[in-house]
This record gives sequence, structure tokens and C-alpha cells, in this order.
Amino acid sequence: MDVLDLARWQFGITTVYHFLMVPLTIGLSVLVAVMQTAWVRTGRHRYYAMTKFWGKLLLINFAAGVVTGIVQEFQFGMTWSAYSRFVGDVFGAPLAMEGLVAFFVESTFLGLWIFGWDRLPKKVHLACAWAFSLATVASAYFIIAANSWMQHPVGAEIVDGRPRLTDIWAVLTNNTTLAAFPHAIAGAFAVAAALLVGIGGWHLWRKGRDGDPEEHDGIWRTSVKLGALVGAVAFAGLAVTGDMQGKLMFQQQPMKMAAAEALCNTEEPAGFSIFAYGDVSRPDCENVKSFTVPALLSFLAHNDFDSQVKGVNELVAEYRAKYGTNYPVDERLGELSGKPIDYVPILPVTYWAFRLMIGLGAISAGIGVLALWLTRRGRVPRTKWFPRMVLAAIALPFLANSLGWIFTEMGRQPFVVVPNPTGVDGMWMFTATGVSSLSAGEVLTSLIALTTVYAVLAVLELFLITKYARAGVEGVLPPDDKTDKTEEGDELAFAY
Amino acid sequence: MSTVDLPTIWFVVIAAFWLGYLFLEGFDFGVGMLLPVLGRDDTDRRVMVNTIGPVWDGNEVWLIVAVGATFAAFPPWYASLSSAVYLPLLVVLLALIGRGVAFEWRGKVDSDRWRRNWDRVIVAGSWLPALGVGLLLSASVLGIPLDAQGNRVGSWLEVVRWDTVLGAIAVAGFALVHGAVFVALKTEGEIRERARRLATGVSPVGLLPLFGLLAVVQLRHGSDWTWIAVAVALLAGAAAVARIAVGREGQAFAALAVTITASVVVLFGSLYPDVLPSTVDTANSLTVAESASSPYTLEIMTWLGAFVAPVVLLYQGWTYWVFRRRIGRRHVPAVRVP
Ligand code: HDD
Ligand code: HEM
Ligand code: HEM
Repeated sequence: MDVLDLARWQFGITTVYHFLMVPLTIGLSVLVAVMQTAWVRTGRHRYYAMTKFWGKLLLINFAAGVVTGIVQEFQFGMTWSAYSRFVGDVFGAPLAMEGLVAFFVESTFLGLWIFGWDRLPKKVHLACAWAFSLATVASAYFIIAANSWMQHPVGAEIVDGRPRLTDIWAVLTNNTTLAAFPHAIAGAFAVAAALLVGIGGWHLWRKGRDGDPEEHDGIWRTSVKLGALVGAVAFAGLAVTGDMQGKLMFQQQPMKMAAAEALCNTEEPAGFSIFAYGDVSRPDCENVKSFTVPALLSFLAHNDFDSQVKGVNELVAEYRAKYGTNYPVDERLGELSGKPIDYVPILPVTYWAFRLMIGLGAISAGIGVLALWLTRRGRVPRTKWFPRMVLAAIALPFLANSLGWIFTEMGRQPFVVVPNPTGVDGMWMFTATGVSSLSAGEVLTSLIALTTVYAVLAVLELFLITKYARAGVEGVLPPDDKTDKTEEGDELAFAY
Repeated sequence: MSTVDLPTIWFVVIAAFWLGYLFLEGFDFGVGMLLPVLGRDDTDRRVMVNTIGPVWDGNEVWLIVAVGATFAAFPPWYASLSSAVYLPLLVVLLALIGRGVAFEWRGKVDSDRWRRNWDRVIVAGSWLPALGVGLLLSASVLGIPLDAQGNRVGSWLEVVRWDTVLGAIAVAGFALVHGAVFVALKTEGEIRERARRLATGVSPVGLLPLFGLLAVVQLRHGSDWTWIAVAVALLAGAAAVARIAVGREGQAFAALAVTITASVVVLFGSLYPDVLPSTVDTANSLTVAESASSPYTLEIMTWLGAFVAPVVLLYQGWTYWVFRRRIGRRHVPAVRVP
């Protein structure tokens, strides 16, 4: 493999990995702040215990999210230095804003929240939880604004061959951002919701099995209810915002749209394929059999059941005419130097990632609603499959999120900054030209090292989350008797 | 804002972010480095970790902001430096990964083996980034063999030279002293005594590499006025050594703040008007003027920074106020994990 392939694998692996922690942190931090608010307002023990229990899982996850994020911050410069030089004028600003506006708040107020339980007045402490959780949402906004700019460059002009920022407001209110940001946030809530239903449901079932069906404090029942409701609303939000994204994609990245469907030839009206059997890659995609809903794709793309959706074959010709047929001759492009440009993303990946994103998300939301039904009016499910189902369902929104990003990012290949019919004219960059001039050995070393360390982290995080999730609330509540306090007013939430 | 030189302002702002990082994470690193030395048993070590518990992540964000601001304000600097120092930077990142999760996960399982292993991760995770950040900064000041495209000429070993290794040791040495003084300042009882004794013994030696680095930088790239900063750094360093020796931790800590401030002034003052000199051909050096982003981008960032930075200082300062009290063994509750 050459540097380009290694760098792409590294970016893909580390970013998808970072985004396993990210949605859980975002979704759960807001829900924990909600739980704590309920406690502060009602004084009920149930909400206190919930805050402590889910807060503990949040912290275990947060640590892994932070450390993998630091890698991301450096990676653009380390492996994509040509890209960084090219886009820095525009792209750096939202990244720096994320640090200044979001990460400082996030990290500082989380510290106050963890260590401030006995130190701060109740309401101030609650405010810290909100500051922290809203900052995670803000960080998502800025980074998605940066990413959306790559999908749809706006607010810039080309000066000396490079994009130069002309309107930061246009970048921050890019229509792509305004659709992608709520989509990603809704996806984050879907993740946290599935965790609440999964772990809460398992505890509820176990209490029932152990003859404590009343579950005196209602912690788990409340968690399941909250999770199921949040999950259902989140999925509705995902569908709405996803539809918005689809319509923008149709205008901005027609090739990605065609790749999402593995649509070889232009259709009018175009049907939406639910799933295909056989190989969806080119050139055979013409003969693929699939279950198709007629005209639905036209509607998704255009709000109109009769409109035309362009196929890959026709788009390739358009792209060649607009962006060239061959890569420039440049030794830094390695094998690609002077070679014809392949404008088609890897169709099986885009096709399946897109479907599975939607499908797994829907199943997860459905399981949440089913759990709500099975636990209605004080009922406790007794069947063995109930805990298995809700626990397994925890994985679904994580997968859906990863697949969403894989689709978005791989669907824009071979571009890293995508030329847009509706964006600034002439502003684009090929992924292959963005990579740093490094030796393959260097990138291979980092790829192996990071992947290994991430694998170890995954094992440890899963171990800890499982351990604390199983132990339930008793494991996280402070001892009731305060006799081990030595002096008045000397209590210290000794968190570590 | 056309009359002010925005690129120079941003050069100063980035220097200030690095200063914030070296000052704040400096003692974090020191605490981690000294964990097995000052922490005789697990209770001691928990005291130490908890002195930085509420703040280490906030301190680390200074690094993220320094890097993010460099990306936004001087993209070629960010791109060339981080790709040229690729492997050392990788080590820094791996170490920071381990360190971050170690703080959070160390106490989550009640097993001596578990805690001992995480302690090792904390020690390595504090030494390596301190060394690596020192290497990175001194490479930026002393130069890298850059070609006309801003790419490194030669292998990765080009950035590991005696002078950049001196820079690595300089930052680690400072962190060691800073951390010892910090532990003395934040704890009580025996551990405080030990920290004070250690700081007294270590500080004269620990600060020497930093002074060595300042001398090298000054002699190679310094200007007349940076001599003043060199002198201030030396005097403040000497004051720190003297104050800790008589048990005045607070004053020693303040003197160390002056030392590191003056040192950053020397480093960045000598670097200016370059941001990253090329050691093969000065024509390839990246300069403040040529690497800077457009005036518009810098203007946006300036407005944002002017409003946000004071607020950040305010709430970070408040955190230190909330957790201002010394802690000791008597505050450590029994281990309670499920
Ligand atoms: C949709 C949201 C989102 C996305 C797409 C990304 N991140 Fe992230 N990031 C977060 C949302 C987030 C977060 C929720 O704010 C995190 C996750 C866990 C955490 O602690 O904060 C975080 C942590 C985090 C940190 C550590 C912050 C700290 O120390 O507190 C850094 C430096 C980055 N990220 C940088 C990046 C970069 C450069 C990305 C682009 C490739 C990226 N993240 C993708
Ligand atoms: C956290 C969510 C994200 C995920 C899961 C993700 C996923 C991916 C994947 C899978 C690739 C590899 C694609 C390929 O090589 O075919 C990739 C590439 C890339 N992404 Fe993203 N991405 C995310 C966010 C971002 C953001 C926020 C940015 C910029 C701000 C970004 C910038 C890039 C760049 C520069 C590449 C390298 C070029 C390339 O190989 O495509 N990504 N990403
Ligand atoms: C009806 C359901 C859904 C629709 C119509 C939909 C649609 C889309 C579209 C069109 C994109 C690509 C945007 C682009 O590249 O321009 C996308 C991206 C994405 N999707 Fe979905 N999606 C749905 C459900 C889900 C679910 C259930 C999840 C996760 C739980 C999810 C997570 C993501 C993520 C993380 C991205 C990439 C980031 C982004 O662009 O926001 N989506 N989705």
C-alpha cells in the first residue's frame, strides 16, 4: 500500500472510532443533565440515583472520546498536510472555534461537575452539567460546519489557487451544515436512548426474575421509558433531517446520490431500492435485482414523484468534462500520477451503508417502542428474549452512525473538497493530492500503533461499562453514613 | 483594523496559548512523572492524582487550542511542523491517550494490579509528552530541513538532533520541578514535606536544560531585546530555587510562572519573523507574513478571541478557586467500586 491508502485507512479508522464515543457522550450528557434537573426540582431519590448511575457510564466513555479526539486534531496536519495548506484559511477557523468555544467549556465544567458534588451549591452544580452537555453539542456544530464545507464549499473565493474565506457567516449557516448538524445530534440521541433501554430493560427484567418486580424506586422503569421516548423522537428527527440532507445531496453531490442507490443509469421517475441481491458494483449494477419502491427516490431527491435522477454512467461523463479525465502528472500522486480519474465511489459500500444506516436506526427505534409496550403500566417482561433483544439493540445506532459517516465520506470520493453545482466555482480538491509527503513506513507505523492502542481501549472500555452497568445503582451511590468525614465542611468528592 | 498587523498579533496569541499550555499542563505532567517517587502507597498516589483531577482536561485543551489556532492562522506552519515531526508527535499522542484514560479509569476497579498498571501508564504518559512537546517546540524554533514546498527533506531522524533533544529535556525538566512545587503547594502532611524536599533537591538541576536551551536559541537566533527575557528567566528560576528551599511553595510557584513566561518570550521572540525556519535554505523558511491566513480570517478570529478568551480565563480561574484547598490522606475515602 502506498502512503495515500495508508493515510486513508488511518483517517477512516481513527475517525469512525472517535465517532463511537462521540454520539454517546453528546446524547448521554444531555440526558444526564435532564435527570439531574429532575432531581434538583423534585428532590426524588430516583432521579438522583439515575444521575449517578448514567453519569458514571458517561464518564467512562468520555475519557475515551477525549483522547481519541486529540488524535483527530493533529491528524489533518500530520497525514493531510497538503490538504491543510490548501484549505487552512477556511477550514481552520471552525476548528479553532470549536476549541475556544466548546472544548474549554466542556473540559472545565466536566471537572467541576465530577469533583463538585459536595463543593458547589446544588443549582450551580446543575448548571455545570448543562454547560458541559451543551458544549458537547456546540462542538458537534463547529466540526460539522467544517465537514459540511468540504461537502459544499461556500463563503470563499479562489485566490492564488487556494480557497480564501470571504464570509464566515455563510460557512456557519451553510445549508448542508444546517441539515447535517441536527441529523448528527438526533443520531447521538438515538445512541444514548438505546443504551437506556438496553441496560435499563435488562435490570428491570432481572429485578422481576429475582422477585422484586415492584422495583421500589422505579429507576429502571423510568430509564426505559425515557430511552424509548427519546429514541422514537430521535428517529423521527433523523428521518426528517435525513430527507433534508438527501435533497441537498441531490443538488450538491449528484454522484453521491447515484452512488447511494447504485443507480447505473438515469431513471425518470427513479425507484428507491430497499435491498438488492447480487453485486451492486459496476459494471454489473445494471442487472442487479432488487426490491424497489417505485418513484420513491425521485421523491427523496426532489419532493416530486416524477422527477429525473441521474445515474452513475451519465454523471461520469459530466464529471470528466468538468473536472478532467486524468490526474496531473506529479510524483507525489504515486501510482495515480497521470492516471485516469475514477469518479465513482465504491458502490457496494455506499449502497449498503446508506440502507443499513436507515434500517438499523429504524429497528433500534422500533425495539425501543416495543420495550415501552412490554413494560406498560407496571408490567415486567419475563421472557428470556427480552433482555437479549434490548441489549443487542444497543449496538444498532452505533452501527448506523458509523455507516452514516462511511457513506457521507466515501460517497464523496475521489474528492476531499467536493466541487458543487451550487457551491463556489472551481473550488475542489482530490483526496489523492491532499496527503502529506511522508514515507510509507511512517504512516504504516502510526496506523499499526493507533489501531492497536484503540483496540486495547475498546476492550477496556467495554469491560468497564459492562462492569458498572451490571452493578447497578448500588455501585455508584456514595455511602449514606457520613461518619468518615473528618472535619465539618471538609468533604471532597474524591473522584479518582 | 487595517493599521494593526494581524499576523503578528496571532503569532503572539499562539505563543500565549503555548505558554498557557506549558504552565498549566507543566505541573500536570510533573505530578504524573513523580507519581512513583512521591507516592509511597496507593493513598498517596490518589492524593496526587486528585490534586489535578478537576483541571487536567481543561489544561490539555490549551494544547488543542494552540494547535487549532495555528491551523487557522498559519496553515503552512501547522501542516509542515506536524508532518515533519510525525513520529515523535505520534508518540506524544499515544502517551496522551494512555494518560487521559488512566486518570479516569485508574480507580474504577479495586485491584492493586489494575492500579499499578495505570500508574505506569500515567508515568510514561507524563514523561513522553513533556519530552515530545519540548522536541516539537524546539524544532519549530531551531528549524527543520524544509524544501520549497514546506516538506521535510530526509528521514524523520532529521528532527531528532542534539539541540532538539535538549529542548525535549528542557520541557521535561521544567515540568518535573513545576510538578514537585505544585504537589507541595496543594497537599498537606508528609507528602507535602516529601514534595518540598524533592523540589529543593531537584530544582537546581531540573531547570538547567531549560537555561541551556534558552542559551542556544538566544545565541543562534536571538535579538538584543530577547537578552532581557533570558535574564528574567534566569533570575526567576534562581528565585524559584531559593524560595522552595526555604519552604515558600507559593512564591516558588509564582517564580516558576515567570520563568516559563520569559522562556516562551525568548523562544518565540527569537523565532519571529519566522514561524518555522528551514535549515537547508532560508528561502524555504516559513514566515509570519507569508504563512498567515487572509486578513479576513484573522479578523474573525480576533473578534472571537477577544470575547471568548477573557471568559475562559475567568471560569478556569474559578475552578482553581473552587478547588483551592490543600488535600491530604485524611480526605481519601475508602475504595468503593462495585
Ligand atoms: C458530531 C460530533 C463530533 C465530530 C464529527 C467529531 N467530534 Fe471530536 N469530539 C466531540 C464531537 C465530535 C465531542 C462530543 O465534543 C467529544 C467526544 C467526547 C468528548 O469528550 O468530546 C469530542 C472530543 C474531541 C477532542 C478532545 C476535546 C477535549 O479534550 O475535551 C478533540 C481535540 C476533538 N474531538 C477533535 C475532533 C476533530 C479534529 C474531528 C474531525 C475529524 C472530530 N473531533 C470529530
Ligand atoms: C466523526 C465523524 C466522521 C467519520 C466517521 C468520518 C469518516 C471518514 C472515513 C470513513 C473516511 C475515509 C474515506 C475513504 O478514504 O474512502 C474519511 C476521510 C476523511 N474525512 Fe471524514 N469522517 C468524519 C468526520 C470528518 C470531519 C468532521 C472532517 C473534517 C472536519 C473529515 C474529514 C475527512 C478527511 C480530510 C478525510 C481524508 C480523505 C479521505 O480519505 O477521504 N471527516 N472520513
Ligand atoms: C430515515 C432515516 C434516515 C435518512 C433518510 C438519512 C439520510 C442521510 C443522508 C442523506 C446522509 C448523507 C448526507 C450527505 O452526505 O450529504 C446521512 C448521513 C448520516 N446519517 Fe443518516 N439518515 C437516516 C437515518 C439515520 C440514522 C438512524 C442514523 C444513526 C443513528 C444516521 C446517522 C447518520 C450520520 C452519522 C451521517 C453522517 C453525518 C452527517 O452527514 O450528518 N442516519 N443520512
